[in-house]
Amino acid sequence: MKLQTGTRLGLYAALELARDPERTLSAADLAERFGVSSHHLAKVLRTLGAAGLVRGGRGAAGGYRFTGNRRRTTLMDIVALFEPAPGQRAKEPGEDTDIGGALQRVLLEIDEIAEATLRSISLETMLKPRR
Amino acid sequence: MVAIRPAQASDLPAISALDARLTGLDKPEYWQEMLAPERHFLVAETDTGVLAGFIAGEVRAWEFGQPAAGWVFAIQIDPKVRQRGVGSELFEALVTRFKKEGVTRVRTLVDRKDHLILSFFRAQGMVAGPSLQLDLDLA
Repeated sequence: MKLQTGTRLGLYAALELARDPERTLSAADLAERFGVSSHHLAKVLRTLGAAGLVRGGRGAAGGYRFTGNRRRTTLMDIVALFEPAPGQRAKEPGEDTDIGGALQRVLLEIDEIAEATLRSISLETMLKPRR
Repeated sequence: MVAIRPAQASDLPAISALDARLTGLDKPEYWQEMLAPERHFLVAETDTGVLAGFIAGEVRAWEFGQPAAGWVFAIQIDPKVRQRGVGSELFEALVTRFKKEGVTRVRTLVDRKDHLILSFFRAQGMVAGPSLQLDLDLA
């Protein structure tokens, strides 16, 4: 499974900040840590901010900190901020044919399993040392 | 805060009632069967002796072609005492019993739409297992 770049950066940023909610990190700090573009990360942080998961960021050097609930926020909550919702996508050509319909059922099954996985893992669980 | 001990016949009415309240399904015979000696059926009770939750499981060998593993059949926690670690304590107690039986793996089956219980098992460190459950509607 491949996530869009924004989604991946959103997960990186939310998880890194959630590691210690007292700590503030700038887009540049986070970009350096993960070896990605700070411009792209700044945009991602604004999206996380609008969702109430992080706060801060005055200017380029402004720091962000995590303001969400680690136990209640799941990977799916973050993925959903950056990826189109499964029910919202436009109809593909050929979907109304029997083959198109059969293919659609297979893809839906895969989506449902992926969603169950992402929705069942909280940031808290992700940040816990593995047993 | 809670004490964990093996379930007894006298616990069945409270277990059945808690499960029926949470699932909407009354299945006293099923809980009766969980008292079988080869099964692990544990309850958590508060210091005033009220049922806070329960867990049931069993070690099964070569189930679906897999070597022996501990299976968790059911876990329920009274909503009034959730978020206090009762479920984790029950899970740990069951895992300890499984280990004593010599197994190194614990498994369960969960409805993929039941995100609450999925999250609970994930928080215990469980991940997707090697099997995929397949289903066919015969109606």
